[in-house]
Amino acid sequence: MNYQKEIVIKVQVNGKKLESIVSAEASLLEFLRQQGGIVDVKCGCSKGDCGTCTVVFEGQTVKSCLVLAAQANNKEVWTLKGLEEDPLMKKLQESFVRHGAVQCGFCIPGMLVTARGFLLNNPSPSRAAIREAISGNLCRCTGYQKIVDAVWAVVTEATAERA
Amino acid sequence: METTIVGKGLPKFDAWPKVKGNIVYADDYSLPGMLYAKVLRSKYPAANILDIDTSKARELPGVHAVLTAADVPNNNLRAKFGQSTDVGAQFEGLYRVLAEKKVRFMGEAIALVAAESEKLAEKAIDLIEVKYEQLPGVFDPMEALKPGAYCVGESNNNVVSRFKIRKGDVDAAFQKADVIVEKTYRVPYSDHAYLEPESGVAWIDENEVITLRVSTQVIEHFRTVAEVLGLAHNRVRVIGTWVGGGFGGKEDITVESFLALLTMKTRRPVKLTYTREESLLAHGKRHPFFIKHKLGATKDGKLVAAEAELTADAGAYIYLSPWVLLYSTVNAVGPYNIPNVKVDTVAVLTNNPFSSAFRGFGAIQPNFAYESQIDELGRILGLDPLTIRQKNCLQQGDALATGVIYDRHVALSDAAEKAWQALGPKRSSNNKHIKIGHGLAIGMMSYGRLTFLHDTSRSYVKLELDGSVLIRCGIPDLGAGQAQALCQIVGEELGVPQEKIMIYIADTALTPLAGTSTATRQLYMSGNATLKAVREVKDRLLVKAAVMLNTDQSNLKLVNEKIVDISGSGKQLPLQSVVGQCSTDGDEMYSEAQFNAPFTDVPISELITGHTFADFTFGAYAVAVAVDEETGAVTLEKVVACYDIGKAINVLNVEGQLEGGGVTSIGYALTENLIVEQGYLKSHSFAEYLLPTAADVPDIETILIESGSGIGPYGAKGVGEPSGNSMAPAITNAIRDAVGARVTSLPATAERVLFTMLSRN
Repeated sequence: MNYQKEIVIKVQVNGKKLESIVSAEASLLEFLRQQGGIVDVKCGCSKGDCGTCTVVFEGQTVKSCLVLAAQANNKEVWTLKGLEEDPLMKKLQESFVRHGAVQCGFCIPGMLVTARGFLLNNPSPSRAAIREAISGNLCRCTGYQKIVDAVWAVVTEATAERA
Repeated sequence: METTIVGKGLPKFDAWPKVKGNIVYADDYSLPGMLYAKVLRSKYPAANILDIDTSKARELPGVHAVLTAADVPNNNLRAKFGQSTDVGAQFEGLYRVLAEKKVRFMGEAIALVAAESEKLAEKAIDLIEVKYEQLPGVFDPMEALKPGAYCVGESNNNVVSRFKIRKGDVDAAFQKADVIVEKTYRVPYSDHAYLEPESGVAWIDENEVITLRVSTQVIEHFRTVAEVLGLAHNRVRVIGTWVGGGFGGKEDITVESFLALLTMKTRRPVKLTYTREESLLAHGKRHPFFIKHKLGATKDGKLVAAEAELTADAGAYIYLSPWVLLYSTVNAVGPYNIPNVKVDTVAVLTNNPFSSAFRGFGAIQPNFAYESQIDELGRILGLDPLTIRQKNCLQQGDALATGVIYDRHVALSDAAEKAWQALGPKRSSNNKHIKIGHGLAIGMMSYGRLTFLHDTSRSYVKLELDGSVLIRCGIPDLGAGQAQALCQIVGEELGVPQEKIMIYIADTALTPLAGTSTATRQLYMSGNATLKAVREVKDRLLVKAAVMLNTDQSNLKLVNEKIVDISGSGKQLPLQSVVGQCSTDGDEMYSEAQFNAPFTDVPISELITGHTFADFTFGAYAVAVAVDEETGAVTLEKVVACYDIGKAINVLNVEGQLEGGGVTSIGYALTENLIVEQGYLKSHSFAEYLLPTAADVPDIETILIESGSGIGPYGAKGVGEPSGNSMAPAITNAIRDAVGARVTSLPATAERVLFTMLSRN
């Protein structure tokens, strides 16, 4: 197979159609940042180790460096920016700010997308489960604690509201 | 002093744009017509370069520049590390932009390419033909010290620098000691692993100024870049971005010179961003140390003598090794009052990756050794970890090993006790293979640069006509809240809410130079500079308001955007009206102030005495571990940090430093091991170099002591780097407590713990 073959893809990104020519080997991350100019998705390693490029792809939380751009043809992708009107994302953002969960901020877009995806499916997790859920997203600044605090606060506030 | 804004855990102003994805990090920035750069790096750790043929690369359509050492106007410079004072050969090394004649380490930059796309640039790199003649090299610092060893650089030996401390008579004291503990310790290379790889964009502005927008801890590198290019200093401008993590790894020049050379050659904007693999190859590491440590005490547990021999692997270039070595010399026997001390340290060149700054900067390596030693001593004497430390730790008025009397508050005894007690009673294990252990360690580390560097910082504060405030300060923000702290200081002094304060940072052309975001110096240095500037503005306001209100200046207070007479008259003025009056009268409603650290002379011999640092931060970690005796696996069950931070400017950010520094050192203690075999780096990704994940670490309980005894604003001390000290030995001391095995090499992986257990006795 000619991995340098160029193909045309159409991707629904943050509710808008993006059409571009990519090489067959290009990752979704490269497509988003380079062709799409969607730079809220970060690149920390390109190997699936760090989680800074986490996006929602067809409803799943994925590392966009591990998805080929070609696989995203006619599919739907949401990044942090596209989720800014999402009520759960808004709560998480506010909580991250309030709890001091943000230091350099480079891991934060991926961390927020991961946390939101997790809470959608697990509205009442334990702190340990939160730690497990974000363990694919590395952070070198915070020691994770205030990030866990921030997610935990969204969980406990939601629980209080339901009660 | 009562404060209302300083001390509060206010959300950082930069947190909102960060959670919204609005911060434009270095690689997020692009310009029209921009080219992409790539770097050709040496595939061997030691070799002569016989020939570089770039012709095929140059001929590739879309390639605009291919540069080698021959194209660099000044390829060999003295590395200045952002300081503005000449400190002499003992503390400066060679800064070589591109390898010439000889390569010293795997990954050393040899050639640069700028092309229309990243792919093309990569292709051009592959087309450059380098003819190497492999050389034997030397990879073990002990071997590199031997006479006749392979010479890494151009000089006839591999010694970077040597220092020593002599206090009292250790030989006589050891003879009289009742107990002696003598062991050797090793700590490995470690990597900063910031999540944002090195990156920047360069262009030439309309006035021919080479402009670099780059992720860096040190915007002052603009001077070195200008010297590389052969330009006047004011022809290079560095705009620092919000940094995606630094920890010392973005303290040396990274992409700046490469970008400047390529943009100058092509006259097009150029972007260069390292891949993760390249980042691991290219930037300096934390120094591996080999430490021989001997400690003597009386039978009632009083320390009488300490002797330490430290050998640091500097790797292939000098960079910050002399400074790191000096830190390790001063910290070699720790924050203990010991009458007889002998310390000998040496940093040695090898053909390994070069070592340089990393959070802890030479203080963290000996901390592992001396805190292991004191723990062993306590065990021999039947003294618990707290008692042996409290009996010997530094107290106010005691002398440091260098002979300096430390005359400020020392919270060590208190910090150790609070941390130790917060651990609570040891839990019993309900699984016979799982053993529980408790460990304690204390430490000291300076904040602020070495005093002979004559460190300064400048900051500018201005009141706008509507009473809002503008700060300009050349402070790079690495995420620790460097800029936020200045906003809280200004808000406190002027009685202005945070939302009315705007700060511009890190631009060598437009913000007053504030020095490097390194050495845990920014709160101390730029905090003091900003405090000085804002107080000058405040003073002018109060003088004016006193006239306007017909009262004495001492009766006036700035609070909630008003100037209030607190003598009981009830008189007050809106801040805005006083600013307006000042403007009408032509009074300056701005100030640029400079803060100077205490200055000392450059040490001229190997013997280190007297002041080398302005002040120290003291603290302790206590940890509870569970060790699986069958596998050697260590689980952290509880971690407590207790630090005297002087005064918290923002309590959330202080906790964040302790939690973040703590977890980074959990990695140092348990998992992180950058593997270098015969000069070849074998850890190419985060799948091999294992950082702690959220699931690997517990919450850290932080206990803050606010003694107010620091020399930063409001009595604050620095905490960024000191926060990582003491974690590793606290963990290995807990492992020792749990299973009786003394781990003397980091990291304490399951394998190593198991092996140490099997070889005990």
